[in-house]
Amino acid sequence: MKSTPVLLTESNDLTHTHEQSDTAVFGFWIYIMSDTIIFACLFATYAVLHNNTFGGPGARELFNLPFVLTETLILLTSSFTAGLGILAAHRRNKPQVLGWFIASLVLGLSFLALEFHEFSALIHAGHGPSTSAFLSAYFVLVGTHGLHVAIGALWMVLLLVQVARKALTETNVRRLTMLSLFWHFLDVIWILIFTIVYLMAFV
Amino acid sequence: MFGKLTFAAVEQGPIVLVAQLFILFGAVAVIGLLTYFKRWRWLWKEWLTSLDAKKIGVMYIIVALVMLFRGFTDAAMMRTQQALSVGASHGFLEPHHFEQVFTAHGVIMIFFVAMPLMFGLLNLVVPLQIGTRDVAFPFLNSLSFWLFVAGASLAMLSLVIGQFAATGWLAYPPLSELAYSPGVGVDYYIWSLQISGIGTLLAGINFVVTILKKRAPGMTLMRMPIFVWTALASMMLVVVSFPVLTATLGLLFLDRFGAMHFFTSSFGGNMMMYVNLIWTWGHPEVYILVLPAFGVFSEVVSTFSQKRLFGYTSMVGATMAITILSFVVWLHHFFTMGAGADVNSFFGIMTMIIAIPTGVKVFNWLFTMYRGRVLFKTPLLWFLGFVALFTVGGMAGVLLAVPGADFELHNSLFLVAHFHTMIISGVLFGDFAALTYWFPKIFGFRLNEVWGRRAFWGWVVGFMLAFIPLYILGFMGATRRLDHYPAGLGWHPLFIVAAIGVVVLALGGLFQVVQFIKSIRERAQTMDTTGDPWNARTLEWSVSSPAPFYNFARIPHVHSRDAFWEAKHEKIDLAENEPYTDIHLPKNTGMGIYIAATALVFGFAMVWQIMWLVVLTGIALVVLPVIRSFDEDLEYTIPAAEVARLDAAHASTI
Repeated sequence: MKSTPVLLTESNDLTHTHEQSDTAVFGFWIYIMSDTIIFACLFATYAVLHNNTFGGPGARELFNLPFVLTETLILLTSSFTAGLGILAAHRRNKPQVLGWFIASLVLGLSFLALEFHEFSALIHAGHGPSTSAFLSAYFVLVGTHGLHVAIGALWMVLLLVQVARKALTETNVRRLTMLSLFWHFLDVIWILIFTIVYLMAFV
Repeated sequence: MFGKLTFAAVEQGPIVLVAQLFILFGAVAVIGLLTYFKRWRWLWKEWLTSLDAKKIGVMYIIVALVMLFRGFTDAAMMRTQQALSVGASHGFLEPHHFEQVFTAHGVIMIFFVAMPLMFGLLNLVVPLQIGTRDVAFPFLNSLSFWLFVAGASLAMLSLVIGQFAATGWLAYPPLSELAYSPGVGVDYYIWSLQISGIGTLLAGINFVVTILKKRAPGMTLMRMPIFVWTALASMMLVVVSFPVLTATLGLLFLDRFGAMHFFTSSFGGNMMMYVNLIWTWGHPEVYILVLPAFGVFSEVVSTFSQKRLFGYTSMVGATMAITILSFVVWLHHFFTMGAGADVNSFFGIMTMIIAIPTGVKVFNWLFTMYRGRVLFKTPLLWFLGFVALFTVGGMAGVLLAVPGADFELHNSLFLVAHFHTMIISGVLFGDFAALTYWFPKIFGFRLNEVWGRRAFWGWVVGFMLAFIPLYILGFMGATRRLDHYPAGLGWHPLFIVAAIGVVVLALGGLFQVVQFIKSIRERAQTMDTTGDPWNARTLEWSVSSPAPFYNFARIPHVHSRDAFWEAKHEKIDLAENEPYTDIHLPKNTGMGIYIAATALVFGFAMVWQIMWLVVLTGIALVVLPVIRSFDEDLEYTIPAAEVARLDAAHASTI
């Protein structure tokens, strides 16, 4: 049973890091799944409460569709540029990676600026989140998405610094892959918000 | 400067003072002992900063047992109060204090005892059983553990500074809203659960990935030990259901802190939405706890019957069926909401259907024992106690699943008796069986059998004395959470029997302490030199006891379900004479502790609304993981030659 096996002294480092990258990306998919559930709860909450305006104005009176469409287009474009960035990362083309992700970052920040404007206009007009259950649900659903975009933007800044300082290492490409997954995920969530919160208000 | 925090928060009367002094004395004693024996460095380097799943597992279990003591004390206080507080007597607890005690009891037992016991077991057993050296994300594992500790600490802190929620363990609104619970109790509740809940979610992701990605070559899904299957099912439930808890408690927090109206009784809020959401998490949570215990029993029964598990495939099927069904029964917790006959019948029928896969499991275990060479060691005794009690509790559950019956029994002591039967005999007995079974694999020696048996009988007899009266009381109309009742209802004798049951349960616990002490002192006699003290079947028994820090010198190859059993009997080398290779292991890090400690302060600052501290710790919570992300020196390597030397040293001791 116990014969003495030989030693394998040559390094197996490369396969080791590669395996770790696969595992990490898979883990990140599972995380995204769980985050989807948080949004599912918030969507359900919005669905239950969206008519509970407590005598105040409803979705149809408050929302401005062309404005939200602009937000949508900006966010979708940022997802597209992030996708191009990942293609560049797989070619190990550092200047292009930096360029495309800076474009995504700028678009993401513009989206946040527009959303901030939308929220502050509502609050100044006296339609803040504590006015009615409908507005609580609206602000928290859309705001949670915005918070995610802000975190994604912060992460993007961080990765841009890491990529700029060092090369496109296996670790950095893996992190970029996860960031772009996250970014696309937020796009999918936004499309649902656009449809369920904004479009359906005008049906 | 200090938000709502004032010195008045610490002064709360004589009973709490005793608890405060007890905590203070305990902390001073631990610190004093560590300093006296100069163990700080050792503790920090060998344990607190370790990323070794086995050590993290042991730490989970130690904290869980400390919290079990706290939760049990709460239970004893409640039963004493109920035995005394009848007619003219009002017992020794003020109603407001009694409310905090039953809330804390529920929260602590579920979140800070049952959950960490289960996670401790997973950490100890899953990597070894699937033939890998560690979990998929060792740092995340450490972080999960410390976030759980931070959550538990915050709950304990509420005893010293301020108060805990007085709302029941699920903090239903509108009672838990600011208007009716203006104190900090509910805030302590929210933040201790949020912080530990994030830890749980991360651990869930970690184990799903570990089980799906890190299995030894040849271990297909249908060759995994049943414990791994149940762990996988349980962790999938964590990943899907804990976000619901996070979202729900987040909304409750926004109601209280941001004056929003999700669950308020005015401005269009809907309090029943909270009840629906919390049970969408809460029901799967039951299965998160009990499924791994089912896995433990499967391993124990097959090992101690010296026989292959009966009906492996149906066991896997039953586990998965329960996993899915657990998401379509939540409404049975509140049939009385008034959802109407159609909705209630759907949920009633779904609930009854869960009894089928559970029954499949029970019969599989019994058929495994049938014509087996049954060895009545302590782990098997826990199993037998479980089968008897769990079946009774399960029948009570099917009864409660009938909406009509539930209208009578809702929130009665019958319900309390039912779920304690499920959780004590299912989860806790399972954990006890597991601790006895895997103890030699972690510490290198077996636990004392005689005291193990005494503890078992203490728990079983104590359990029956404490809970059978509650079934009867429930039928007599006694509701849960009563701090006082009139004389002349005929309840008093039964409450006294229940209180005696608590004393017997305490004896069972005491016997376990004796068992530990005696086993440690007499460990020379029960030392396990073979690595396989029970003649068992799965991979963890193929390595030495205690398991080496790298788990496997060479990764085993798996060709059947009971891979180790097969290798043992056919005398083949599990690693198929493969060469030794370099082993990469994660370096220790204190970052998990730093992040969790910051989260603890953040939670405390949120509770007392010390806003500058919230901002400060909030920024730190972003910066600390970033610092970690810049650290690239994360692993160390054990050269192949060193692995070979260590392995040979072990082989020579057999």
